[in-house]
Amino acid sequence: METAIRIANLRVDYGETPVLKGIDAEVGKGEIAVILGGSGCGKSTLLKTITGLIEPREGRVEILGINTANLDEESQSELAKRLGVMFQYGALLNSLTVGENIALPLEMHTDLPPAQIEQIVRLRLASVSLEGTQDRMPSELSGGMRKRVALARAMALDPEILFCDEPSAGLDPVTAAEIDELLLTLNRALGITIVIVTHELLSIDRLDGRLLMLDEGQVVFSGSVGEAQRSKHDVVYPFFHPGEASS
Amino acid sequence: MSSVYNQGSTLFLSDALVLSNLSEVDQTVRLLFSEHPSAQWQVNLDTLERLDTAGALFLHQLSALANQHESSLQLGPLPEHLQSIFQFATPLPAAAKPTPARIPFLERFGASAYRFIEHAADFLYLMADLSYFSVQALWNRRAIRRDAFVDQAYAIGAQALPIIGLILFLIGAVSALQSAAQLRQFGADIYVADLLAIGITTELGPLMTAIMVAGRSGSAIAAEIATMKFSEELDALRTMALEPLRFVAVPKMWAMVVTVPLLTVMADFVGILGGTVIGVFSMGISPAAFVTQILSSLFLKDILTGLIKSAFFAWIITVIAVYRGVNFSGGAVGVGQAITSAVVSSLVGIIVLDLAFNLLFY
Repeated sequence: METAIRIANLRVDYGETPVLKGIDAEVGKGEIAVILGGSGCGKSTLLKTITGLIEPREGRVEILGINTANLDEESQSELAKRLGVMFQYGALLNSLTVGENIALPLEMHTDLPPAQIEQIVRLRLASVSLEGTQDRMPSELSGGMRKRVALARAMALDPEILFCDEPSAGLDPVTAAEIDELLLTLNRALGITIVIVTHELLSIDRLDGRLLMLDEGQVVFSGSVGEAQRSKHDVVYPFFHPGEASS
Repeated sequence: MSSVYNQGSTLFLSDALVLSNLSEVDQTVRLLFSEHPSAQWQVNLDTLERLDTAGALFLHQLSALANQHESSLQLGPLPEHLQSIFQFATPLPAAAKPTPARIPFLERFGASAYRFIEHAADFLYLMADLSYFSVQALWNRRAIRRDAFVDQAYAIGAQALPIIGLILFLIGAVSALQSAAQLRQFGADIYVADLLAIGITTELGPLMTAIMVAGRSGSAIAAEIATMKFSEELDALRTMALEPLRFVAVPKMWAMVVTVPLLTVMADFVGILGGTVIGVFSMGISPAAFVTQILSSLFLKDILTGLIKSAFFAWIITVIAVYRGVNFSGGAVGVGQAITSAVVSSLVGIIVLDLAFNLLFY
């Protein structure tokens, strides 16, 4: 399997506090990788570092064969167009309508005529089951709808890798399952590599991806969901069997 | 209610030992302990019926309280139904407070100086980037959204017309009244028109307009960008390969630089009008004479200087507001601080620029 993301000895500090303490990991093309762990273990920091929002103190991140360190502005921009990011709370631009939010990357990075962009926006909205909402403002949407719009926007430029920060957190079980199904469909139908940060056990089970478990800024487990469920590791076992003592 | 009493060295706690009566029980027990120092207390809890966590903690600490009076204390058995809560409410050792390391004065001074230099460098970088992106946007229109400039110009310029007009009209009227009070003593009433025209076009018009815009639009820009940062909108733009400064701040910069001089033109006109109203109706100068005097005292250089100043005021207000917004940290409190510091710093920036222009032109 070709490698989509390769991370080597990644170290990130917040001020004097080390948050990521030497992460090594690889994600194959077309794979679903799930980064999981308890609150404050460094999941979101890892995702932000991979997507270039945080600069690491040390280490190397290679995305689609490109070393992200010291990229000039143009190369950074070219790489960003090949990635989609869905933020935890959607991060929709509140001053734009739903349709304008999804159209934004298309307007800025392509020469497509407005009519064609509108078609794509409608398609993206339909793919997240939100037909007819393009003229609504983000403030008029529920939490689940905002996340689905964020997913549609992240998919606007047909990215090769999709990053999702806690896509189903804070949602009711039905909406959370819908989001997971959407992600699975995108992965199966389009072969997109998906990297998801979550600590929702149901989602982890449904997505059935390769797990990367973090604890105190380090990878403590890498493997399938089944392997994780059988693991007796001090950190992994309580995560998958909450309330039970590890034997 | 709890009853606390003693028979010899046996202390009886009965009924309830809960938060609501704890203070009373505590006082009674302390009194008994002080009245009978160096005693060997036995505590009888057989008739205790209710206990909450506060009461349980009190029981746990009773022995230490007796020790303070050089007595010893032995708790009797608790009724069965209260034992679980007694076990649950075990006192936790106080976490050791880390003693803050004493940092030498020179080190603190050095750290502050370093932070100041760091902030200054950040501000200069942002100023350079924003100015560069703004100029670049003139021929690279794709970098900003369609209609963004018009929307911002409407919000910053058109919507500010009434309030700036009202303020400048009043300032013009007050200036005329103040100068008339002095000039009348020399029989030079007509020169109120000169003072008014020069004062408004060179100083009060641009300055008051900039101050109003800093309070109204500078604060709005800082709040909007800070909120966008808080809700990860700026990060979202970056992940879409869109430079937030270019996308968010450039339309605001152009809207400011274009509309503030236009607002200043309107402010100059309305300010002079306010003074004229006073000159004509309060001082009894004929409208024709007043207007002729105004026109004879005005020079194009004064008007242009005022307009150039106002464009620079607009530029500094935008740079400071964007800087404060982008460097916001924290939640709602942080947004408030960003707004406050944006307005205060903008006012300082405006006055410093004004002084520089006056040194340059006069």
